[in-house]
Amino acid sequence: MKKIHVIASAVTLTAVMSTSAFAGATLDEVKKKGFVQCGVSTGLPGFSSADEKGNWSGLDVDVCRAVAAAVFGDAAKVKYTPLTAKERFTALQSGEIDMLPRNTTWTLTRDTSLGLNFAGVNYYDGQGFMVTKSLGVKSALELDGASFCIQAGTTTELNLADYFRANNMKYTPVTFDSSDETVKAFDAGRCDALTSDQSQLYALRIKLGNPDGAIVLPEIISKEPLGPVVAQGDDEWFNIVRWSLFAMVNAEELGISSANVDEKKASTDPNIRRLLGLEGIKGSGLGLSDDWAVNIVKQVGNYGESFERNVGAGSSLKISRGLNALWNKGGLQYAPPIR
Amino acid sequence: MTVHTPHPDLPPPTLSVGVLGWLRSNLFSSPLHTLLSLFAIYLVYLTVPPIISWVFLDSTWVGDTREACSGTTGACWVFVKVRMNQFMYGFFPESEYWRINLAFGLLIVLAIPLFIKKFQHKGKLAIFILVFYPIITFQLFSGGNFGLTPVETSKWGGLSLTLILAGVGIVASLPIGIVLALGRRSEMPIVRSVCVVFIEFWRGVPLITVLFMSSVMLPLFLPEGTNFDKLLRAMIGIALFQSAYMAEVVRGGLAAIPKGQYEAAEALGLSYWKSMGLIILPQALKLVIPGIVNTFIALFKDTTLVLIIGLFDLLAIIQQAFADPDWLGFSIEGYVFAASIFWIFCFSMSRYSMALEKKLHTGHAR
Amino acid sequence: MADELRNVPVPAKPALWRRPAVRSLVFQILLVAGIGFFGYTIFQNTLHNLEQRGISTGFGFLENEAGFGILMTLIPFDETYTYGRTFLVGLLNTLLVASLGIFFATIIGFIMGVARLSRNWIISRLATIYIEVFRNIPLLLQIMFWYFAVLRPLPGPRQSLIFNDTLFLSNRGLYMPSPVYEQGFWLVVVALAVAIVASIMIIRWAHKRQEATGEQFHSVYASIGLIVGLPLLAFFMMGMPLSWDFPVLQRFNMAGGMVVIPELAALLVALSIYTGAFIAEAVRSGILAVSHGQTEAARALGLRPGPTLRLVIIPQALRVIIPQLTSQYLNLTKNSSLATAIGYPDLVAVFAGTTLNQTGQAVEVIAMTMAVYLAISLTISLFMNWYNKRIQLVER
Repeated sequence: MKKIHVIASAVTLTAVMSTSAFAGATLDEVKKKGFVQCGVSTGLPGFSSADEKGNWSGLDVDVCRAVAAAVFGDAAKVKYTPLTAKERFTALQSGEIDMLPRNTTWTLTRDTSLGLNFAGVNYYDGQGFMVTKSLGVKSALELDGASFCIQAGTTTELNLADYFRANNMKYTPVTFDSSDETVKAFDAGRCDALTSDQSQLYALRIKLGNPDGAIVLPEIISKEPLGPVVAQGDDEWFNIVRWSLFAMVNAEELGISSANVDEKKASTDPNIRRLLGLEGIKGSGLGLSDDWAVNIVKQVGNYGESFERNVGAGSSLKISRGLNALWNKGGLQYAPPIR
Repeated sequence: MTVHTPHPDLPPPTLSVGVLGWLRSNLFSSPLHTLLSLFAIYLVYLTVPPIISWVFLDSTWVGDTREACSGTTGACWVFVKVRMNQFMYGFFPESEYWRINLAFGLLIVLAIPLFIKKFQHKGKLAIFILVFYPIITFQLFSGGNFGLTPVETSKWGGLSLTLILAGVGIVASLPIGIVLALGRRSEMPIVRSVCVVFIEFWRGVPLITVLFMSSVMLPLFLPEGTNFDKLLRAMIGIALFQSAYMAEVVRGGLAAIPKGQYEAAEALGLSYWKSMGLIILPQALKLVIPGIVNTFIALFKDTTLVLIIGLFDLLAIIQQAFADPDWLGFSIEGYVFAASIFWIFCFSMSRYSMALEKKLHTGHAR
Repeated sequence: MADELRNVPVPAKPALWRRPAVRSLVFQILLVAGIGFFGYTIFQNTLHNLEQRGISTGFGFLENEAGFGILMTLIPFDETYTYGRTFLVGLLNTLLVASLGIFFATIIGFIMGVARLSRNWIISRLATIYIEVFRNIPLLLQIMFWYFAVLRPLPGPRQSLIFNDTLFLSNRGLYMPSPVYEQGFWLVVVALAVAIVASIMIIRWAHKRQEATGEQFHSVYASIGLIVGLPLLAFFMMGMPLSWDFPVLQRFNMAGGMVVIPELAALLVALSIYTGAFIAEAVRSGILAVSHGQTEAARALGLRPGPTLRLVIIPQALRVIIPQLTSQYLNLTKNSSLATAIGYPDLVAVFAGTTLNQTGQAVEVIAMTMAVYLAISLTISLFMNWYNKRIQLVER
């Protein structure tokens, strides 16, 4: 009898706790569940981090919220799965999460052999170095023989090896599982330099005991286009994620923000009217309601707003737009037109 | 006639009684021991006073901000105090803390009668705790029914998650372990070898690879479209891993039951399951309760490994608190706090298991 | 026949499905079928899922260039080597930390186990405190404590603590001179080998002689003399063909010499202390399990305390200790995988970590990793079982 009870309760537990995902149509699954399951980092200020109450915020988190706003009209319908760098791809491949906007660099290998698709680029980054001021180093080329704190399982590891091989210099890698441990070890003086995507360096610098004692070197040794990833084989979902991001960029370009989106509905500019679902293909191409983009802009904001709020002037990171300015303002953010 | 009266006993030499005598026989019995004792006393002198002043005398207990700790040379327990709720309840919504408190309070209330000698229905109560209590606790934690707000598993954390993982591990591994142990002693060659392979496999691999497997590979094994919660996957991994150890403990108990008991059960005409369930297992399980408690201690310590797959148990949530820019540099306080919590749990359980062992031992002494 | 038999009160033959032999056969067939089906389903699911999701499969990735560096390697490695090589590097690092850990934990454990039984009050108290404290705190916590809280306050490489101008201790590790073998060193190695073989022969001969005549021969001193003396002789004969490579401070780090990295040190300290506490308990229970009568009997035979312990108590205690020791060694080896938490490049950190992540081939990588640990575990338990059998009581 006892055993039967145990089995029965195990079955109920399984039934209650398991969720179903990864069928051909992710959108249907997501709609059925009522939320978007979103894989984020375990804590990277500005991109995805949780406060004491467990509320997530950040530039990457905003992509998830935008998708939720597009699908449900409610940006809050997101659940977050914190993932280490190691776990992230398997989580997506196995369908545990619906999308992965987790500071993931777009590379050929990842795009082709891991069963993933990159839906776009929400942050153009490059790998940089942070050193303590007292070392007196001005350029990465002076770092011959130095040791580097790196996060395991990232493109950073590979870029570093390439850079030092190309410049015929020697280095010692000291790898850690999480960015927290990496920065702790750097703070403790375990290594001479910390290397990571430059945006992360600014985020990690705040975590140092003495942030002013460290500087970020000017060199960028790699291209790191970071963007949301979805599993291969579901074009509909791929399009939704991709165009949710594009809608944010287009909104900024057209001057639509969360503050003025309702007024802009009265606009006669056909570009604005198409984005806001008042004419043209509207939401049907994506299988969404017509006001999908309105919901994104209203609840999450346009790309510029999200940037300033999370990593830019409105945040403690104070990263300048740089490469991430709009294309017509000297940057690389360029979204295909909505028509 | 004079009666011989012996002289009264002389008092023992002053050097062999009292404080001096104790010192002489316990600390300075030989030159070597004198040297060792002096060295040990010096060691104690070097370590204990600084530790005590760091932990108690010079430490800061009051305040809510980092500033309260500026200027002290001792520990800053304010850091732990401020984060206490998070360390205990993880990211659980604050308004729902009572559910966790209720779940653990219920466990304590239910467990008390087990320690009362006169209480008659210990077996029934134990079964209730092992079978129905987990269901109640699960309802309390996850919510969704009976008007409770649902709380997703990613918000579970802290000490309560550690306890849940350890509890599920032990409750789930016990029945699997019993079946495996019976299988390993079975007369059917295939059953036996299957159980041996299963047990030795899980005992041969590190828990961390098991956790990796359950977090990374398990989803690939399942048919398309099914997907488990991350926490549930970790629990499955822990339960399978633990059941192999549990099987070995139970096997020890089965082996300790005299052959006469098996034969007597057979002679009564009981079927295999009846003889096991009514005669052998009740005796064997009682014998191995200390072993089970020891396994539980090991499991309790092992739950810290889930931080490597990104679950926020007590250790993980404390580690995460180190990264708070407002509270940098208090990692030693955090580690000491975590260590003392784990130590209190493990030490008291090991004492309990030792006391039990003693009690059971006298019962079987001939 | 049949009619006659009917009159004899023979218990009716049980129905076919009630016979134990038939039942057990059916049950086992069902079990095999069930397991086979289960395995097949998992296999099919995995294949289907991998194909469906476009994940590459197979072990071909082991031939590809790794392209990342590793902190500590016992064999030559740089980023141009293959993923297969990273497996070897990680495996060797695991074996290194496990064998060093077993060595130190055994020493600590035996000392503390004996100390706990000491008549000296303060020594036995201290040993008890050591055992009770370290046994009851999770190992992972201890590893992190040693790494982040203890090794952190060490000075940087430019302010290294220098001992005797040869040892340099900093938060980059302990640097020490490494030997450089020059021409002619081979003779020293040969001499050492010869000395070891000769010692083994002497010990055997002494043993036989003692059995036959009862005369003792101090084979221990003789073999120590041989093992130390012969290589030394060769060393001086060849004109001291050995020099030392001293570590030198460069711009960032020390260069040259040998280094014990802090990750290895922290892991080793934590593993040895944690496992040592368990071994101490095993040793204590082993010694207590030898009845006091044995000591008294040995004394009565006229043995002095030293030989009593060596020849009477310890051999008997070992029978109790060895099985527990085996499981502690196994635990230590498996626990060495916690290295991944502090970045020591062991098998789990390098292969099941970085390599897995760069290639994305979780199934192959995890399967290989588990197989390795299984193999190590089986080897250790086979060896310890063999040793246990050798020292087991031979009952006549």
